Amino acid sequence: MLSSRASCNSHGQDSPYFLGWQVYEKNPFDQAVNPTGIIQMGLAENQLSFDLVESWLRKNPDVMGLNKDGESVFRELALFQDYHGLPALKNELVEYMAKTRGNKVKFDPKNLVLAAGATSANETLIFCLVDPGQAILLPTPYYPGFDRDLKWRTGVEIVPVDCWSSNGFRITMSALADAYRRAQKLNLKVKGVLITNPSNPLGTTMTRDELNHLITFAIAKNIHIISDEVFSGTVFDSPGFISIIEAAMDPNLESPDLWNRIHIVYSLSKDLGLPGFRVGMIYSNNETVVSAATKMSSFGLVSSQTQYVLSNMLANKKFIGKYMKENQKRLKRKKEMLVSGLRKSGIECLKSNAGLFCWVDIRRLLCSDTFEAETKLWKTILWDVGLNISPGGSFHCSEPGWFRVCFANMSHATLQVALRRIKDFVQRWSYGGGIGNKISYQQNMSNLNRKLPSNWVRKLYSSEGDEQDIG
Amino acid sequence: MAIEIEKPSVGLSKVAVSETHGEDSPYFAGWKAYDENPYNESSNPSGVIQMGLAENQVSFDLLEKYLEEHSEASSWGEGAPGFRENALFQDYHGLKSFRQAMANFMEQIRGGRAKFDPDRIVLTAGATAANELLTFILADPGDALLVPTPYYPGFDRDLRWRTGVKIVPIHCDSSNNFQVTPEAMEAAYRCAESMNLKVRGILITNPSNPLGATIQRSVLEQILDFATNKNIHLVSDEIYSGSTFSSSEFISIAEVLETRGYKDSERVHIVYSLSKDLGLPGFRVGTIYSYNDKVVTTARRMSSFTLISSQTQHLLACMLSNKEFSENYIKTNRERLTWRYDMIINGLKNAGIECLKGNAGLFCWMNLSPLLEEPTRESELALWKVILNEVRLNISPGSSCHCSEPGWFRVCFANMSEQTLEVALGRIHKFMEQRRRN
Repeated sequence: MLSSRASCNSHGQDSPYFLGWQVYEKNPFDQAVNPTGIIQMGLAENQLSFDLVESWLRKNPDVMGLNKDGESVFRELALFQDYHGLPALKNELVEYMAKTRGNKVKFDPKNLVLAAGATSANETLIFCLVDPGQAILLPTPYYPGFDRDLKWRTGVEIVPVDCWSSNGFRITMSALADAYRRAQKLNLKVKGVLITNPSNPLGTTMTRDELNHLITFAIAKNIHIISDEVFSGTVFDSPGFISIIEAAMDPNLESPDLWNRIHIVYSLSKDLGLPGFRVGMIYSNNETVVSAATKMSSFGLVSSQTQYVLSNMLANKKFIGKYMKENQKRLKRKKEMLVSGLRKSGIECLKSNAGLFCWVDIRRLLCSDTFEAETKLWKTILWDVGLNISPGGSFHCSEPGWFRVCFANMSHATLQVALRRIKDFVQRWSYGGGIGNKISYQQNMSNLNRKLPSNWVRKLYSSEGDEQDIG
Repeated sequence: MAIEIEKPSVGLSKVAVSETHGEDSPYFAGWKAYDENPYNESSNPSGVIQMGLAENQVSFDLLEKYLEEHSEASSWGEGAPGFRENALFQDYHGLKSFRQAMANFMEQIRGGRAKFDPDRIVLTAGATAANELLTFILADPGDALLVPTPYYPGFDRDLRWRTGVKIVPIHCDSSNNFQVTPEAMEAAYRCAESMNLKVRGILITNPSNPLGATIQRSVLEQILDFATNKNIHLVSDEIYSGSTFSSSEFISIAEVLETRGYKDSERVHIVYSLSKDLGLPGFRVGTIYSYNDKVVTTARRMSSFTLISSQTQHLLACMLSNKEFSENYIKTNRERLTWRYDMIINGLKNAGIECLKGNAGLFCWMNLSPLLEEPTRESELALWKVILNEVRLNISPGSSCHCSEPGWFRVCFANMSEQTLEVALGRIHKFMEQRRRN
């Protein structure tokens, strides 16, 4: 009775990435009322700098009350549904975006299209660039939400570009070429490559070499590059952030159509920690893309109330400058706390300089070098250790044993609790050893099965989940 | 000499380059003419008066008063938790308090004659998004939806552009006040079949845009029977439900389902929004209410692409939970719209122009067919251009609403002050007088 889109699994919600959230929600950690609950380390939110934003809002009650110079602007805002977006906001956004790129690039507000979050922006771009049945290349590991955002309603395919720990998961020319060939074998026409820079889940910024490879490749194959730069404001360490736009300014890469094939996605959800406000955007020098995307933004406009408040906040350059500095400082501190804490338990992280998470190497705790083993380990950590971390398999990582662990959505105290739990777990695991270890692990597993509701177990072990919601 | 082979420029999708966004219609072209020469009482008294935009500006003072007296709606009060939670809140279930408030508001509009379960409400950024989303869920690319004419021009984009779904019109005409008939629905269904299109649903707007009239209960029953018979979906866009001139005249499909004991209701879905009734199109507040569990679950997941700003959800949850405010608003808004409607109908009558008898909406459906040189679309567009360029009124020609009878125009009356409406009526009067003399 419903469309095939409605009946398929492409919303991707049956992945451990989302299932872990659900388990967390049923038993959430709270220092005071539920100290043995699950700690949420699977949600890449930035909660470290709210106090700064709150303080600004409190000092500017006029803005909140939708007043300007003592006059109410409520009516204008209530009626404002122009899909070109509030000019004041777009002007501020392009300045903010330039600032996060060290002012090495300049943006034109005319080329900026607003959308209800990067989720909406990414989908809209795909609708503009790719036909149903065609494909885009995505380096792995990648954000699980892409399986839904880029494929579900668009009917487009994703062909992964494999990246490996042997070179820090960097994108190589041969990996790109290999993915392109694989697409051709599957009779899929490749229309573009989508990168996330800084990377989710790696937490690293792309090198100039990687960016040059990408641009050269895109020119050679005559395809688009979408650069999802939502984490660009979370770069807290060297090396600095090089945007695709900056890389493309390299005179050696000059090509007649270059600026028509490069598109950026951005959002305020990660940098400013405001995912609820739904402020995303597309930036492109391709006039046709801007025109089509602008019309499509009708399906996901940003609330004019929110546009107004944020345009005022971003206009306060002193505040924004202070915010950016302080935010980066706090992110760096939290990340270092996580990395050193894990190191004390003998667990290493990929060296990172950005993002709200670390890419953690837990391969040595796998009972076998397989994704089945990774899933078992994930469940143990979720249910027995009480931490919701995200297994690499849900990010389409080619190697089992890597996990994304978020650190920016909790207090110091909670992070300490999490680190202590990990330490205890690793100790138990190490002391287990050999057969003894396996027996206690199996005991754990049967306890696990008894605890899990039966439909959960069915869903996790079946390859084709049925449509039933877990609840 | 070698011939240079030009490398093809990097291509876009078919959707991006198609015209299905529909923006080349006179409906939108008229807005452009207005934008270039907008009427202003003091600074541009001879400019174009915008009568092609269905906005409700008659009750803003009520909203402003509420906001002034309730600053907590626009802020988060003292202390941290409120703001933080709100700023982080991107749950596609939507704020529970807001869904509850919407359910109550929808019940109030229907005079309590239908009940709405907040857990069946899915939030979207406007009815534009809601209609597109429902289409993605109910139909596959290449399938068809039946839509009675005349219909809102935006549907051409909202229902078809990215979804790849087709619209097959159900033709209605003035012989019976443009009401849908079983014969017309059958004819449309057969037409779809003859084009090898699979019909997945029928989409009605009730109260109707552009007719400005509610659909009678008997007709709703016939439409529901037809949908049941053909085993297709029924989407009822009730975006103007709060803009009826009398509460009792609007019958929602929800009421029809109620009297049928909700039998076979999984095929029915209601679209609503605060853009028309509350006059807040900028805030992007739309909803889907479905009696089908699978549709609710899927729509919720899809709403990730079009969530309502949590800041706005918070504001409106406060406002609409205030029973005193919402009851007074609904009542006062109705009275003012009725007043405006009477004003324009009488003004047009004095100018010798008849309109379809309406009882809802922000516009009237005006009959200028006696003025046409020939009963053709071309004549209608010629007349439209004259009215736009010489009389300087942007009104919407029926052909842009896919009306099969030429000569009808939609004229909006709620998006301007009374004075401006007087000026517009004066211009129409003068125009008609000149016509009579010639």
